Amino acid sequence: MTLNIKYFGLIAEITNCNEETLDFSEGSGSCLLKLLFQKYPALVGIDFQIAQDHKIISKNTMITGAELALLPPFSGG
Amino acid sequence: MGRYDRHIMLKEVGHEGQLELSNAKVLIVGAGGLGCPILQYLTAAGVGTIGIIDFDVVEISNLQRQILFKTSDIGINKALAAKKQLQDLNPTITIEAYPERLTSKNALQLCAAYDVVVDGTDNFVTRYLINDAVVKTGKPLVYGAIFKFEGQLSVFNYQNGPSYRCLFPKPPKKGVIPNCNEVGVLGVLTGIIGTMMANEVIKIILKFSDVLSGVLLCYDSRTTKISKLIIDRNQSEINHIINQTALQEIQVNTQCEPLLGEITELNNLILNQIEFIDVREKHETPKIMSLKYKQVPLGQIKEHLDIIDSNKKIVVFCQSGIRSKKAVELLRDSGITNAVSFKGGVMNMITNIKNIKNEK
Repeated sequence: MTLNIKYFGLIAEITNCNEETLDFSEGSGSCLLKLLFQKYPALVGIDFQIAQDHKIISKNTMITGAELALLPPFSGG
Repeated sequence: MGRYDRHIMLKEVGHEGQLELSNAKVLIVGAGGLGCPILQYLTAAGVGTIGIIDFDVVEISNLQRQILFKTSDIGINKALAAKKQLQDLNPTITIEAYPERLTSKNALQLCAAYDVVVDGTDNFVTRYLINDAVVKTGKPLVYGAIFKFEGQLSVFNYQNGPSYRCLFPKPPKKGVIPNCNEVGVLGVLTGIIGTMMANEVIKIILKFSDVLSGVLLCYDSRTTKISKLIIDRNQSEINHIINQTALQEIQVNTQCEPLLGEITELNNLILNQIEFIDVREKHETPKIMSLKYKQVPLGQIKEHLDIIDSNKKIVVFCQSGIRSKKAVELLRDSGITNAVSFKGGVMNMITNIKNIKNEK
């Protein structure tokens, strides 16, 4: 399936884009992470959450949605 | 015409709502980029008691976004400088300035004294401390944070909603996520997010139905895009906070450690929250009877990553402290970055555990 992935904050700086489409066979959030870590090794060690169809999910959740987002914590105030 | 006429004219506020505002007590942690607009609007709105805690002093580089302060305030404590400006804006309210750091020693007492707590801090140690303190004291938390051109906003711990730890259970590794002083920030962004935070405070006080709880709002000032993401309450995270006896331990063991870690003592660590790994061969002695740990010999560590609970802080030990350092490197190569090596090996570990048990 084709995923549309949005990147926020520091993640978007690592991927060098705010949004992209990726081909993904199937699997859980962990499988998606594996794919992303291959494409962007600098993401390893960065903390972030995954949102699927506008909802934060755990890494064990199956990826079924069309729209994903990677969200790091922000520090500034 | 009275000071609050334009509020009172709104039927959703009225005299009753204005009275609610004047009876409300709000604590703002951090009088920085977010804190300044929050403080200004809440003061102007007539929130009856406003607490400001900030240990820092005004610097010239703050003036680009911390709009409460004037050039003549440089060098003055932010909580005190803010109080001076705000009291002039609205002398009818009470403003308490706390020119000190929020710590595990004062956090619970301060949060307990207010109805709503607002997080305008710029670091994760304080952010997690505030979160845990509001969970323990049962206060709603208005949260905001920024990164360059982007902001996050939510209300936590509100009417059985999620807490910040339900979104991000653990602080990131020190130094990974930079703050405004390190990477810069668009000044007006702090005004936008801060003003939205002030709006959530007022919605909570006036008991509006659509408070931003269970939703993280993400705003990008470059594209003017707003994304709203749903956050579920994670009861085990909440229980974990409630069951902790002291606040201090929660933040120290998760944040203040070197990136490539080696520790020599277990002070401040909560033993049952740590994943202990013995990387000696299985025949090596002594074993530690009074400690729960997993045995994963160094040579097999890469094959057994699945049995290591990387959600916990990981302390690796061996006979002398040399193999455990190698193991930490291997774990890091595999993406497990929250492991530290225990210097001095198994004998130092036994001494440390004895000391901890004796103290209890």
